[in-house]
Amino acid sequence: MSANGQSPLLRCAAITRVFGQGARAVRAVDDVSLTMQRGEIASIVGESGSGKSTLARVVLRLLQPSAGAVYFDGRDVTRLRGFARRREYWSHVQAVFQDPFGSFNQFYPVRYVLRSALRLEDSALPRREREARMAVALENVGLDPASVLDQLPHELSGGQRQRVMIARAVMVQPDLLIADEPTTMIDASSRANILNVLLDLNRDRRLTILFITHDISLATYVSDTLFIMQHGKLVESGPVERVTRTPEHDYTRQLFADTFSLHGEAWHAAGGGAA
Amino acid sequence: MPELLVAKDLRAYYRTGLSGWIRAVDGVSLSLNEGEILGVAGESGCGKSTLAMVLASVARWPLCVQGGTMHVDGRSVPLSGGLKGDGSHRGTVVSLMPQGAMNSLNPTQRVRDFVFDVLRSHDPHVARAETLDRARERLEKLHLPARVLDAYPHQLSGGMKQRVVAVISTLLDPRVLIADEPTSALDVGAQRALLALMVELLEQRIIGSIVLVTHELPILRNVAQRTMIMYAGQLCETGPTEEVIFAPAHPYTKALMQATLVLESATKRQRIEGLEGGPPDLSQPPGGCRFHPRCRYALEACSQSVPPTVVPSAGHDAVCWWLAQATPPPTAAASDGAAEP
Repeated sequence: MSANGQSPLLRCAAITRVFGQGARAVRAVDDVSLTMQRGEIASIVGESGSGKSTLARVVLRLLQPSAGAVYFDGRDVTRLRGFARRREYWSHVQAVFQDPFGSFNQFYPVRYVLRSALRLEDSALPRREREARMAVALENVGLDPASVLDQLPHELSGGQRQRVMIARAVMVQPDLLIADEPTTMIDASSRANILNVLLDLNRDRRLTILFITHDISLATYVSDTLFIMQHGKLVESGPVERVTRTPEHDYTRQLFADTFSLHGEAWHAAGGGAA
Repeated sequence: MPELLVAKDLRAYYRTGLSGWIRAVDGVSLSLNEGEILGVAGESGCGKSTLAMVLASVARWPLCVQGGTMHVDGRSVPLSGGLKGDGSHRGTVVSLMPQGAMNSLNPTQRVRDFVFDVLRSHDPHVARAETLDRARERLEKLHLPARVLDAYPHQLSGGMKQRVVAVISTLLDPRVLIADEPTSALDVGAQRALLALMVELLEQRIIGSIVLVTHELPILRNVAQRTMIMYAGQLCETGPTEEVIFAPAHPYTKALMQATLVLESATKRQRIEGLEGGPPDLSQPPGGCRFHPRCRYALEACSQSVPPTVVPSAGHDAVCWWLAQATPPPTAAASDGAAEP
């Protein structure tokens, strides 16, 4: 596919997903094609309802596309039948979701979450090796395994839970990580820490990461490539430098214009208050 | 500058178990000028939402107001919430624009009936048509079709619900609007529209002034004249927004600023460091300065006694030992602060 002959890690070819039927049909994702190379970080940016999460679910094979195909490492994965084959796919593609509070079973400690993820890969892993893998995974995201492994979800902060979710996803050693709004529910002060964990994994292991976000400042901070979606369509895509300097589509320009910036001219209430 | 709201030494604790208290707001004093937007920022768990509840006088058990006074237009406003007593000041003198718009509407009522109920509880003789006309007009300003009045909450998206809640909370033209993270569930476009509505209500003098609670510093930079930074239930820095953001005095504000993602072409590949560690347990807050366990400038004095107030410039103050030592106290205000318990 690509010019240099190396096949892309992920290729979505004309993905369409329709919800509902007849007059009430909603084209959540409408003819979207995109490719990602190994080791790349890309972001899909769009407002709520733009279809970005639907597209992520299609790529994760949690949702069947109405039309189009997903190619992973050159292989068509759209028609994987049976749980066993999809499970095999999930050992290559993992995800971190928005809500670190909803992603846990509150009755089980962190150890249980990680152990069930390891079963995805190899259910016959010896106990000692299992423990070691879990410890390494937690250390990679900056958590202390000795204290965290036996804690229950409610004993962890939102940022810590999200790190556990990243540890869980990365422990399986996936090729592609899909991060669907990973920091939306995280506090601004620890947001940078979570993103740095992901950026380090990309640098050290060439982990390919696809961010799904509505926050264009976050997307420009982390990505090599931006995909801008509006009403289910991909309206603009390109290297982050190009898109930020010379946005081509009106919607992209609107997104940049609407985002509150810290520098530049302030948008103060004219005539109001303390001068 | 006329002072619209003056609050002194607010203390509000959450009751836990039989004898525990979570000191979510512990000795906060603030003043608000007419026509001003005052920003309140800080990380989760610093007590900023609790402060919003106390200011809007909607605190209820297990949140107990333990002390402090509040005056709006020179008149005293009761601080504790609950259903007992006179609630007529709520919505007219102070009004809360709550954070969780998802849970603030009655799921069994159409929006129009809810709007009417809110107004009727303040004035039993209010005309239904008049109420709905006013609601319709405000909704249109937020780019919402008037038909949302006929909808049930579950038929609205999260962003629409947030805007409906914004309209309802300003319908009685409160003197002071307390907005608690009003924009966190909204897209950037909708954020702009909501903030523009708040600014417009302020300019038309429909609302006296606004306390805007948020952790998004870029928003404060764009709309707030003054900003307060809270940490662990206490204020650590207050001043004009420009100064607090671009020339922060307090080590915590500095760290918070460094952790903020900003949209700039130069941002890419510039590593931003977040804040390590979490906020302290407020049932047993650390002694001295509450930030000292995470502070990179911590001195010996920081863990032992409450830091003094330092005034880096007029109208700007910070509470910190390190600052007090770095800049020898030039004004009387600094020694006044040190004398406080």
